[in-house]
Amino acid sequence: MPVSRNINELPKIATREGYGHTLVELGKEDENVVVLDADLAAATKTNMFMKAFPDRHINCGIAEANMAGIAAGLAASGKVPFMSTFAMFVAGRAYEQIRSSIGYPGLNVKIGATHAGISVGEDGATHQCNEDIALMRTIPGMMIINPSDDIEARAAVRAAYEYKGPVYMRFGRLAVPVFNDREDYKFELGKGIVLREGKDITIFATGLCVVESLYAADMLAADGIDAEVINIHTIKPIDEELVASSAARTKRVFTVEEHSVIGGLGAAVCETLSEKCPTKVTRIGMNDVFGESGPAAELLHKYGLDAEGIYHKIKDTLK
Amino acid sequence: MDRPELKKMAHEVRKGIITSIYSAKAGHPGGSLSAADLFTYLYFEELNVDPENPKMENRDRFVLSKGHTAPGLYAALAHRGFFPVEDLVTLRHTGSYLQGHPDMKCVPGVDMSTGSLGQGLSTAVGMALAAKMDKKDYRVYALCGDGEIQEGQIWEAAMFAGHRRLDNLVVIIDHNKLQIDGRVEDVCSPYPIDEKFKAFNFHTITIDGHNFDEIDAAFKEAKETKHMPTAIIANTIKGKGISFMEDAAEWHGKAPKEAEYLVAMEELKKAGEALCQ
Repeated sequence: MPVSRNINELPKIATREGYGHTLVELGKEDENVVVLDADLAAATKTNMFMKAFPDRHINCGIAEANMAGIAAGLAASGKVPFMSTFAMFVAGRAYEQIRSSIGYPGLNVKIGATHAGISVGEDGATHQCNEDIALMRTIPGMMIINPSDDIEARAAVRAAYEYKGPVYMRFGRLAVPVFNDREDYKFELGKGIVLREGKDITIFATGLCVVESLYAADMLAADGIDAEVINIHTIKPIDEELVASSAARTKRVFTVEEHSVIGGLGAAVCETLSEKCPTKVTRIGMNDVFGESGPAAELLHKYGLDAEGIYHKIKDTLK
Repeated sequence: MDRPELKKMAHEVRKGIITSIYSAKAGHPGGSLSAADLFTYLYFEELNVDPENPKMENRDRFVLSKGHTAPGLYAALAHRGFFPVEDLVTLRHTGSYLQGHPDMKCVPGVDMSTGSLGQGLSTAVGMALAAKMDKKDYRVYALCGDGEIQEGQIWEAAMFAGHRRLDNLVVIIDHNKLQIDGRVEDVCSPYPIDEKFKAFNFHTITIDGHNFDEIDAAFKEAKETKHMPTAIIANTIKGKGISFMEDAAEWHGKAPKEAEYLVAMEELKKAGEALCQ
């Protein structure tokens, strides 16, 4: 399979940029699209929408719980609200508002959560949300998308808009390689994408860990380990069929995510496989620890979530 | 509706509250009864709603932020014709659409699912904002408890509503002075309520929440108030209408037993007869 392009040669763009750009496109197409923010418009990139449609950008101030409620009220009145702040302050602080005022009534609110995971970097543990996927997965009817690059982020935002119901979108602060630039790239909600076919192991990855897993697979190939790499951009509902069928072929599964190993992609894959195709799974992610301050790349390396870390973890596990 | 008619309807709403909570063997009579006159005025006088078309686009919206007093809302909705009065006895029964707290997905006339205190007002603010953005003239009403306003989210919502000058929003505080654990002022005082809303750029009106003349005047004043939202602080008596439930925190959230139910219904019967004389 393709891969093997030098990671350093790919253009790098943060997924939050694609979110901001696509909001502007949607704003042009549908006057019912409104955007809410909680005093982080420059960071979440909703400032692009604010500039284009000042009357439809609602800054709620630093009050995330209220923002979630306002979004619910707007959705109940026919608007298509996209609400944004950092993952920690929306999935964490406003969890119950999302659950009871958005999830329970099944309102058409789109949550654009930026600055997820340890790649937030220097701000440290208070701002590095490694728990959001776990929290959002427990809300009935909540769709969860974690795009892996700019191209996928743009497609995800549009798909979230076209879907009727609550959606949680997870974006990063860090500029990451744009690798989904194939002619035949297609984003389908709930469908994983096989990026590299392999017969020895399957790596299910999500978010910025997808491209890192592709490079890890190259390194493994040099050692004679043929890894299948699958991009799981939609974590809920997860592509059960693809997860089970790939596991049935390779019989050894790894999951990789910039999130706690509890409750995220790894958990979703384990839950699927334990019912559909019992398979040994090793979860690679944040091992039930908080993050810390530091440059994003250094943190990803320290916590074993870059290509090298993923490679070593898989090699060590297979010994 | 003239005043005697409103009083009779409020009486029917109170019967609905007691009957449904007795049938459910659980529920919140105290705050439902304290707000019964408010529910009645809203649904029979104030709100532009159509039971034949509950989702009418330009309807006024009502959000029961103190969602646990659903029995009062349900009784008013049923008598207004949104669903059969006979269904009230299915309250809180497994499989019933009359959930313990209002569910907008399945109850005709319910504009927002509520129950977790503090959340409803924000959703009402969102609806009022949507009306402004769409240049529509519908109005939005939210009913909050005086204990509920201990929730910080209420003040986030008040700050936003005042900041945005949402004059199509009316917040009604059912000021019955009691919450589950006792007197509001003893548990954690949010007083003075009117001054707090004033500080967030609200117009405030304080009334007797059981006096239809005062309720009527307050809603008219709210409509005439421009460039700021209105908060109506309605002084009420928790458990109003049932002697042994009045001003008693223990009746916040429990159902009457059979003997208590019979006494309550007898009291309501006598009150009803008095209204008809």
